[in-house]
Amino acid sequence: MVASSSSVPDGAAMSGGSPAERPAILPGRGGFFGAFSDRVWRSQGFLLLLLLAPPVLWLGIIYLGSLFALLLQSFFSIDEFTGLIQYHFTLSTYGELFRPTNLDIIVRTVLMASSVTLASAILAFPVAYFAARYARGKWKALFYIGVMLPLWSSYLVKVYAWKLILAKEGILTWLFAKLHLTWLLDGWLSLPIIGGYSLSVSYTGTFLVFLYVWLPFMILPIQAALERVPGSYLEASSDLGAQPWQTFRHILFPLALPGIAAGSIFTFSLTLGDYIIPQIVGSSRLFIGQAVYTQQGTAGNIPLAAAFAVVPIIIMGFYLWMAKRMGAFNAL
Amino acid sequence: MRSDRNTRAPVSLKIAAAGGLLFMHLPILLIFAYAFTTEEKSYQWPLPGLTLKWFAVTWNRPDVWQALGLSVRVAIVSTLIAVVLGTLCAGAISRSKFFGRETISLLVILPIALPGIITGIALRSAFNLADIPYSFWTIVLGHATFCVVVVYNNAVARFRRTSGSLVEASMDLGADAFQTFRHVILPNIATALLAGGMLAFALSFDEVIVTTFTAGQQSTLPIWMLEELVRPHQRPVTNVVALVVVMVTVLPILGAYYLTRDGDQIAGHGK
Amino acid sequence: MPSAVLFSKISRHFGAVRAIDDLDLEIAPGEFFAMLGPSGSGKTTCLRLIAGFEQPTSGHLEIFGETMEGVPPYRRNVNTVFQDYALFPHMNIAENVAYGLMIRGVGKAERLRAAGEALEMVQLPGYGARRPGQLSGGQRQRVALARALVNKPKVLLLDEPLGALDLKLREQMQEELKVLQRTLDITFVFVTHDQGEALSMADRVAVFSDGKIMQVGTPQDIYQKPRSRFVADFVGSSNVLPPDFVETLTGLSLWASLRPEAITITDQGGYEAQAISQSYLGGSTRLGLSLNGLRLNAVVPAGKPVPESGETVRIDWDRNALHLMEAS
Repeated sequence: MVASSSSVPDGAAMSGGSPAERPAILPGRGGFFGAFSDRVWRSQGFLLLLLLAPPVLWLGIIYLGSLFALLLQSFFSIDEFTGLIQYHFTLSTYGELFRPTNLDIIVRTVLMASSVTLASAILAFPVAYFAARYARGKWKALFYIGVMLPLWSSYLVKVYAWKLILAKEGILTWLFAKLHLTWLLDGWLSLPIIGGYSLSVSYTGTFLVFLYVWLPFMILPIQAALERVPGSYLEASSDLGAQPWQTFRHILFPLALPGIAAGSIFTFSLTLGDYIIPQIVGSSRLFIGQAVYTQQGTAGNIPLAAAFAVVPIIIMGFYLWMAKRMGAFNAL
Repeated sequence: MRSDRNTRAPVSLKIAAAGGLLFMHLPILLIFAYAFTTEEKSYQWPLPGLTLKWFAVTWNRPDVWQALGLSVRVAIVSTLIAVVLGTLCAGAISRSKFFGRETISLLVILPIALPGIITGIALRSAFNLADIPYSFWTIVLGHATFCVVVVYNNAVARFRRTSGSLVEASMDLGADAFQTFRHVILPNIATALLAGGMLAFALSFDEVIVTTFTAGQQSTLPIWMLEELVRPHQRPVTNVVALVVVMVTVLPILGAYYLTRDGDQIAGHGK
Repeated sequence: MPSAVLFSKISRHFGAVRAIDDLDLEIAPGEFFAMLGPSGSGKTTCLRLIAGFEQPTSGHLEIFGETMEGVPPYRRNVNTVFQDYALFPHMNIAENVAYGLMIRGVGKAERLRAAGEALEMVQLPGYGARRPGQLSGGQRQRVALARALVNKPKVLLLDEPLGALDLKLREQMQEELKVLQRTLDITFVFVTHDQGEALSMADRVAVFSDGKIMQVGTPQDIYQKPRSRFVADFVGSSNVLPPDFVETLTGLSLWASLRPEAITITDQGGYEAQAISQSYLGGSTRLGLSLNGLRLNAVVPAGKPVPESGETVRIDWDRNALHLMEAS
């Protein structure tokens, strides 16, 4: 590991060895390691190439390659009689997306993603604001862990927990009964569209689970954005005569907006592509993720599945472009 | 956001923040309770009785053990690959500014920025086109791909906090590239890599969406759970497995937190 | 004996930016040499070229007669004290100081003994077991110094070594660095943007601007005989006189510099000027003057009366104090 010690005469620190006797160039350690190090020093590009090659090759071939394969499949079509994939270029599969049933699926998913995003921003803000401005020391750590744990803990377990909660015989029904509010729950369930036989088979249930599962992804970026707002801004605002809500409206909210935009990238994208939550909690009407899953699985229509999968990519591409203009990436 | 310590939060804000935190934690705690229920057929609440017998039943289920074993093996291998790739990428990105730098960081983030189902079906259609049979390795391929970003993020953050002049100081004092890596770079990023690795492990151990597309006939623990969720066979066993999964993922998360918590003290001095 | 450092026709370009342009410079063995200039003037690049962190785009660099082409930093017998000290945060002080010796394969006991000696030399005996984070800025700087000097380099490079220290500590370190340099007889090259620091410490100073050296000379030379307006401006608070004014005095149409302390207030003769401003400096007062619209600074020693603003005074100076500059 180390070079020959000949370069340091008898290791004496500050004594002995007049300056003139010491060489200006020390011996290198030679061999492969020496030669390699010299090569790295001589050109930055060489090191960069060595560092980047494995990850870029991996992601480029496996990931981008797969995305390309997906895109390719979406331009094929399926023979309606034989059920076999026809490997020549066509846009007819994309045309199928515009059938009313499929268009319904897309609209439904985008509406759900939007309402989940909006609700999680509202719910996340006070938590993020408290953590950023008031929590100190032990509390700060507790808040951080308090958000990190649900963020990282098992997705399926979280969904499962809500299946337990929303079940007809579950804790929520019991709670409403205890509070003598059963009428409220029943009233809600009798509403068109958002209601249903029980919460676990209604859009309301689906919405709650989405909200729950993605909420931490909204809190962290908002908190990060708020951490950068000096407390003196708020003091200055109230010093200049602003009411608390005016300070929020004119100072806090605009400065938190990049964080909200960053968080919404997650909540929006994750909702768009999820197929498990609506499958386990919700009505039988499909979301994009489920459409992809069933088309490629039971229906065996991989081209249509691929075309469906391209929809969230396009929506997210547009969304990211907007978010970038709002400066969301600095808050990630 | 810094302010003097005397400012107190308004009560309404405190309540809202506490409510948000409770909303995030109570449902998970409910899982703990259900693992002890005596009720087999439904999700009845309040629990009719408490028992420990489902832990024994679960312990004796070979299918659970098999799924657990596969999940652990996949997570370990994926994590190792992700640590290597993520560290290399972070090293390159933070060492220098070069053309295409933004593109590469986007490429790393893309696998988790795009919905999991896209990664999943993209991999599946690629395996189909290339005639690759599903196996342990097809699962690992997918998992490693989206785990890279976790290690990458941790490593980049640490590199950013580590003064660039440390590397120059080491070379100035006679250490070549390998010696500098071993004596200066590695000790400075080790805890960040460990933290990133732990999070990658948790992410892989828990992943279900991509896995359903890349697993073929094999079941990881999340896939086993998903099947139980869609078609419940024995609800109490699922309850116990859910409890175990929570415990298994919580530990690496807490570990990662404690490793990176002191990061500023460990790596911030060069500045 | 060869020069300690020799630059011949060295350029270092970063894309279109010429950080160093066609530079020649010689630093003698045992010299305490300062590179002075504003930020972005190329002085730090020069230092990094000597250390080997940068390689010249063109030209030739020698250290003690040996060409440095293709010699990486880890093989140059040159050590650096970094501006941010760059102490390894994961090692204690002794391990930091012993790092260079450890890399060269010196045994553990031996290198720790040497590190202890080096720490004594910088007046931090017994600090070996501490961590960099437990030390003050001044102490960290001494550690950085010990860590470099323990390797007995042929040339020691110091990058803005005193920049982060407060005034009192800075003055103390200036003295100590000078004493160290004399006793160790090592060539010191240091980079600074503080002209006072350069003048008080160095044997010779090179003034940098835009990748070029404007002037090299002893501190006295640089201060009293600046060769260009830039040097006169940058080093100290010299009055710079334009050619048309100088022509009325000397008949030569050249720029000239005039030190504030050379201007005196007289009762008769000289020139009529208006007092504009006064800044009390303790030992003296700086007086701002307007001479037919030309702004001048003068120094009034303590005890002498200071004219009020708006007051008309007569000023004069020793003709020898007027320094004509060759370059504009």
